[in-house]
Amino acid sequence: MKILATDRNGQEHVLEGRNDWSVMEILRDAGLPVAAECGGACACATCHVYVDQGWLDKLPPRSDAETDMLDMALAVEPNSRLSCQIVCKPELDGIKVTIAPE
Amino acid sequence: MAIETDVAILGAGPCGLFAVFELGLLDLRAEVVDILDRPGGQCTELYPEKPIYDIPGLPIVNGQELTDRLLEQIKPFHAGFHLSQMANGLKRLDDGRWQLSTDAGTDIVAPVVVIAAGAGSFVPKRPPIAGIDAYEGKSVHYAVRKMDAFRDRDIVIAGGGDSALDWTLNLAPVARSLTLVHHRDGFRAQAHSVNRMRELVAEGKVAFHVASIKGLHGANGRLEAVTLSGADKKEWVHACDSLLPFFGLTIKLGPIAEFGLNLHENLIPVDMARFESATPGIFAIGDIATYSGKLKLILCGFHEAALMAQAAFHVCRPNEKLRFQYTTSSSSLQKKLGVA
Repeated sequence: MKILATDRNGQEHVLEGRNDWSVMEILRDAGLPVAAECGGACACATCHVYVDQGWLDKLPPRSDAETDMLDMALAVEPNSRLSCQIVCKPELDGIKVTIAPE
Repeated sequence: MAIETDVAILGAGPCGLFAVFELGLLDLRAEVVDILDRPGGQCTELYPEKPIYDIPGLPIVNGQELTDRLLEQIKPFHAGFHLSQMANGLKRLDDGRWQLSTDAGTDIVAPVVVIAAGAGSFVPKRPPIAGIDAYEGKSVHYAVRKMDAFRDRDIVIAGGGDSALDWTLNLAPVARSLTLVHHRDGFRAQAHSVNRMRELVAEGKVAFHVASIKGLHGANGRLEAVTLSGADKKEWVHACDSLLPFFGLTIKLGPIAEFGLNLHENLIPVDMARFESATPGIFAIGDIATYSGKLKLILCGFHEAALMAQAAFHVCRPNEKLRFQYTTSSSSLQKKLGVA
């Protein structure tokens, strides 16, 4: 599966997703600037991304923990998600995300 | 006056704490500096209640428990703690020792400095609003030091966690007006604080908007208004003179970058036998240290602390012979630990 990730300069990167990896791990592995301070524990909100509208419905809804954690993120929008909570799977082939501002 | 000791440790996370233990076994005294107000680093700040499964001998332990156990383990060594202080200076003295200084005016002089600072300092998250830096310290504040500074002010508080709610409740009685702004009508805060805030809103003493801050207006650091954007994307200008954003903490490398160390991608290269940096007397352990094969695991940091302590001994006591002993069998170590 592919992940289309737009960085903070507006540049799009086409990344190869891996089943069962989180989108955060794919972004970090590609060297994109997601801090992911807590390492994927849904405890820091530094892997915040915006998910393109068309893909939002294909994701499992936010857990309460993710919704709560987003309160600590900046510039939260209705399509905000924590990328450590999005798990790669074939149905998400082509998902578009934009890394939120720092 | 400067505090003289054997080792100055920068960072009170698990690796900095365990370093106190390993140094203590070798009779090296330590002083520990951390920007947070309590020991534990990321363990207590980010995941105090999240389980950790890969600490040898502890099948499951959370960040707070691990910190508490480390503090208990290092108790016999009476390390000095300098909390809520940012280390902001490191210089070599004429006698060859190092002086580590903090923003609270603490100076620690020691032959060895151990940097166990993780990814750097926890600092408040700064909202991505253009030009906000020009207002910081004058009209935009990330902490409340004196409530009186906000008397008769028109305050906007942004955020939905405990800090945002607590300061909404505390400042409402002294402010001229107080407006809470959050991106949703839900809060990651104590239920009783949320209930009390809603009462104040009902009484007309606090205003609450589901909105985000899009812009700041003012001049020379004096805020006059903010542009708010509501859930429907409609924008309006709200007059205020103080903005308090409370979005928790994030980690920035901070002043370590200016310490004259040979950083590589914000990490300190060390040799794998001593965990000393390219600068003699400056050691690095834990997440901030890098070497071939480095893994950012707490357990690796513990190993690094043990080897660092052996090397640090020779720097601190150049004319003494190091006697390698086991805590199981050495009565002198057991005496230090207070168990013999």
